[in-house]
Amino acid sequence: MTRDDIFAKIRSVLVDALAVDDDEVTMTSVLTTDLGAESIDFLDIVFKLEQAFGVKIPQGELFPENIAQDQRYVQAGKVTPEGLALLKSRMPHVDFAGFEANPVLKNIGTLFTVETLVRFIEGKLAKQ
Amino acid sequence: MRWMWIDRIVELVPRVRMVAVKNVSMAEEHLHDHFAASSVREALPIMPASLVIEGMAQTAGILVGHAGGFREKVILAKVNKAEFSAEAVPGCTLRYTATINQFDAGGASTSGVIELLDPAAPGAAPTRIGSVDLMFSHIDQNMAGTEFPKENFVFSSTFKTLLRMSGIPDPQP
Repeated sequence: MTRDDIFAKIRSVLVDALAVDDDEVTMTSVLTTDLGAESIDFLDIVFKLEQAFGVKIPQGELFPENIAQDQRYVQAGKVTPEGLALLKSRMPHVDFAGFEANPVLKNIGTLFTVETLVRFIEGKLAKQ
Repeated sequence: MRWMWIDRIVELVPRVRMVAVKNVSMAEEHLHDHFAASSVREALPIMPASLVIEGMAQTAGILVGHAGGFREKVILAKVNKAEFSAEAVPGCTLRYTATINQFDAGGASTSGVIELLDPAAPGAAPTRIGSVDLMFSHIDQNMAGTEFPKENFVFSSTFKTLLRMSGIPDPQP
């Protein structure tokens, strides 16, 4: 499957999950701020990606989880260096470069663009 | 029972499917306002679609809760689709069939079909009047790490009474 094929399927998933128009979904669209995704939409997107690509996505593999409750990883609303290291190792499909300077937890959703999803699916399919 | 929009569970296949029924009654007060007579039309008592969706949410929500042994707090998070082709009128029975599509630690997605059974036409096949697809969240597993009260306020005694009256053993008695 080419990158364009993957993008087309992901666009279809996002149009369905977020009720956006086709042309709103570009590689650089941020799921939260550009496409209006809220927290529950992330689970919906995971379910729909699983169906669209025939893959299993364990909880926490695509989007982060279980770090907010752990003081080693989040303190005073910011992700600690240890937390960042954990996220980077768990999520190689995410570009953390811009986030590292001011790692406020509530902004973590802005790291997820359409391209992040494309990279993630490319990685999943490559392992099949 | 307050805010129960299903009367009885008639089938439960754990983790797969649940069927529940709701008898629509003229005694329900909201039907007198939905829609009341006006100067230009007669009264038209029909069950609001939002409450039909709530009935499906309760059917599917119990199915999802049961799948997790009622340990999770299962909250309706999203109505992915709701389509209706006919109204639910008093004197008829709504039949909700909810099916789990996907289920994991974070929540579940379900699809549901709503049919109308008309007692005036015994033996007639149920009429499909709509479909409702839903997303549920296990809210203690939320991404933001927000904490909620420990007790399971979702599956209260009201739901347990419904299970018992439907002859379904409570997985957490």
